[in-house]
Amino acid sequence: MVQDKSAKYKKGGVVEYREMGYYNPDYVPKDTDTIALFRITPQPGVAPEEAAAAVAGESSTATWTVVWTDRLTYLDRYQAKAYRVEPVPGNPEQVFAWIAYDLALFEEGSIANMTSSIIGNVFGFKALKALRLEDLRVPVAYLKTFKGAPHGIPVERDMLNKYGRPILGATVKPKLGLSGRNYGRVVYEALAGGLDFTKDDENINSQAFMRWRDRFLYSQEAVFRAEQVSGERKGHYHNVTAATMDDVLERAAFAKEIGAIIIMADLTMGYTALQTLSNWCRSNGMLLHLHRASHATFTRQKSHGINFRVLAKWMRMLGVDHIHAGTIVGKLEGDPNLTQGYYAILRDQYNKEDWVKGIYFDQDWAYLPGVMPVASGGIHAGQMHQLLHLLGDDVVLQFGGGTIGHPMGIAAGATANRVALEAMVQARNEGRDILAEGPEILRQAAKHSPALASALEIWKDVTFDFTSTDTPDVLPTPSF
Amino acid sequence: MRIHQGTFSFLPDFTDEQIEKQIEYILRNGWAVSIEYTDDPNPYNVYWNMWGLPMFDLKDAAGAMYEFRKCREAFPNHYIKINGYDPSPMWQAQRVSFIAHRPKEEPGFRLKRTVWSDGRVQKYGLEAYATDRPEGERYR
Amino acid sequence: MTQAVDSANLQALLQETGVPEVLEHLDRELVGLAPVKGRIREIAAFLVVDKLRRELGLEATRPVLHMAFVGNPGTGKTTVGLRMATILHRLGYIRRDHMVVASRDDLVGQYIGHTAPKTKEVLKRAMGGVLFIDEAYSLYRAENERDYGQETIEILLQVMENQREDLVVILAGYKDKMEQFFSLNPGMRSRIAHHIEFPDYGPEELEQIGHLMLAAQNYYLDQAATEAFRRYVACRMRLPNFANARSIRNAIDRFKLRQARRLFEQGGQVTADDLRRITAEDILASRVFAECQEEGGEHAP
Repeated sequence: MVQDKSAKYKKGGVVEYREMGYYNPDYVPKDTDTIALFRITPQPGVAPEEAAAAVAGESSTATWTVVWTDRLTYLDRYQAKAYRVEPVPGNPEQVFAWIAYDLALFEEGSIANMTSSIIGNVFGFKALKALRLEDLRVPVAYLKTFKGAPHGIPVERDMLNKYGRPILGATVKPKLGLSGRNYGRVVYEALAGGLDFTKDDENINSQAFMRWRDRFLYSQEAVFRAEQVSGERKGHYHNVTAATMDDVLERAAFAKEIGAIIIMADLTMGYTALQTLSNWCRSNGMLLHLHRASHATFTRQKSHGINFRVLAKWMRMLGVDHIHAGTIVGKLEGDPNLTQGYYAILRDQYNKEDWVKGIYFDQDWAYLPGVMPVASGGIHAGQMHQLLHLLGDDVVLQFGGGTIGHPMGIAAGATANRVALEAMVQARNEGRDILAEGPEILRQAAKHSPALASALEIWKDVTFDFTSTDTPDVLPTPSF
Repeated sequence: MRIHQGTFSFLPDFTDEQIEKQIEYILRNGWAVSIEYTDDPNPYNVYWNMWGLPMFDLKDAAGAMYEFRKCREAFPNHYIKINGYDPSPMWQAQRVSFIAHRPKEEPGFRLKRTVWSDGRVQKYGLEAYATDRPEGERYR
Repeated sequence: MTQAVDSANLQALLQETGVPEVLEHLDRELVGLAPVKGRIREIAAFLVVDKLRRELGLEATRPVLHMAFVGNPGTGKTTVGLRMATILHRLGYIRRDHMVVASRDDLVGQYIGHTAPKTKEVLKRAMGGVLFIDEAYSLYRAENERDYGQETIEILLQVMENQREDLVVILAGYKDKMEQFFSLNPGMRSRIAHHIEFPDYGPEELEQIGHLMLAAQNYYLDQAATEAFRRYVACRMRLPNFANARSIRNAIDRFKLRQARRLFEQGGQVTADDLRRITAEDILASRVFAECQEEGGEHAP
């Protein structure tokens, strides 16, 4: 710590970041500060405090050398401050650093700006072996510059007229190659059989074998036909992801014209495009489903990148109605505690600090609507008790293979999932212990549903039991 | 054709005892019970008729079952649903909704299509066949 | 096939239900009232036997449990009602240990179409437990044939008859007025299984109640105050609007106010004992003594 604030300028040249005020253990974060928690793996010989200060500096005002133009600004306010540095429990190579950012640093209502600051430059910094953004406490003052989900969970339920149970969906398979007309057939069978939603996959946009407009028309025809034969509301997420914003908005407008209630977009479109689309959805009464395509390239590794929970927070602010957030029991990455943490971050109005769930800050969501998490990838009817127990009611359970791969056909696959779900909700509401009695409840329900009986038989041995690459640093104290 | 609105519509119709258990679940969570009925089950029909006001202060399912039975006596050929309503901030919506009684015969819906313009766009509309007849005479 | 249950088993059965605990609680909580407590014990014993009889197939139907509690105000009817709800719940005759207290204002409407929903609202809230209707006779106004109270009575009768599993009704009020009410509403009388009479408290019982109430609030009467309180009770009993235990509770609230004022006026140090002690002066300042004189003197018969 330098007492003489101007000393560094007198000295000139290269000064350690901590000498420049980016490390300040006496700093008390303000309620209006954004606080980031980084996991830092410093290069050998770099002190943890200096590494933390460097992260604070590079993610806010600093450059590698002292510049006299700093003195034209109110640097004390604009520089981020690493105020707490601690070793990561059980990992001597890494430290956690808490860094506070002043409210003035981020443009109102801009995820693009916030991410450019906090994760813009710093991740390639040579003095660090690896760097991961673990969590972010976003102040209420900044949250109030965002509108959040176009609709939010209760409004979506009012639109669908579906309450008190998870929503069921499926992704049309095969992902690529179907014609528009064949594609619509899959949508119709799945919805008529009992699902609430079907979904385009992330990489189905507008390829030569099926242009987007044909797919939209056939899928929407399938939606209305399914409503006719079931008497309940249905939807298909039309993927509007495209090369330019003009294309995206053209496709969204067409989906609206033909009567869709929901569209989807891929994370690969970028934050700005998504936020534009979110505003469009709010203005046009359309739900927005987000596929987190590409996220695992930067969220999966424990030592480097950003944790998904931070992305989840940004997406809740930016404003989507649905986001894929893991299944725990399915084929894709997801530690149970951490995944439940993501769900809490997406759905709750207040998150309490809980390191086991990977929630490092108390977070008041300031009335920003909740986002419906989507559980997708390798799940089937036989896991219904675990899914309901772990994920609760406000989730979209997407059974792609678990619907379309049913031996009696797509509609039967859909029915199997719906029967299993409703039987499980009934049992839970009656106060039964569904985790323990789940398989028995499913067997009983299968007595009046051949479709479920067949699903239970064919997928009885399917589990995906691999250790997660991303796990909590803190374990719950075992209770005996 | 069986109308699949509400949770549990894919299960066999509930007995009174099973209905009562679901009401107990609503009350255990501190939500209000309400009963609604209609003979226009169009999935886009949001406002069914209210059978009295929502019951906010019940301690036991018997009170709601009393009203449900009265409603069923009065409208044996209507759809009746039971809702659990949660007034919590940032929710203010139902938490439970299921059809507890339905007419014996359900003729289903007509899908009306209008070719709206060139470019193969259609506009769709659903109508229950039963609503060809006036309210109160639709189901037997 | 004969099945025998010896009386020891019967005792054990009763013990299991936790009902004796409730009775003991009642004993501690309410002074005197020996006849009432006797009747409650009798009913509890009857219900245990009834349960056993139904388990053995000797009885098919559930007994009627609606009750009438008659007696003057402040004789413990509401408190006994609450304990009765607990007893019925522990024996499995009602599903929830709860009691809703209602009076005419809660049940009867002001205009056409108002009464039925109001009455049903209260009934539904009480269902699963006990509905305690205070001054039940006020539901019936003989002088007005078109009084809306009649509608409440009809709905009440229907539910008392058809939903015995869901609701136990206790009608409470002054003895003479209740008797008149029952004679004018024979349908109601026939649906009441147990009539329990709540006698007025004697002066010693009222004094004891007063001491119990004070102790529960961490107060006590010094020797002179105890004497003053005895005279106070004798006086108060003879004045109009005397409401047994309720009058004693109100009196104690006023003693506490006077004590507080006295402590302020006297100034100086105040000990914990000062804060707990009620003195004769706190009691003797009561208007009751003066009014008692007008009525014919403290020692008038």
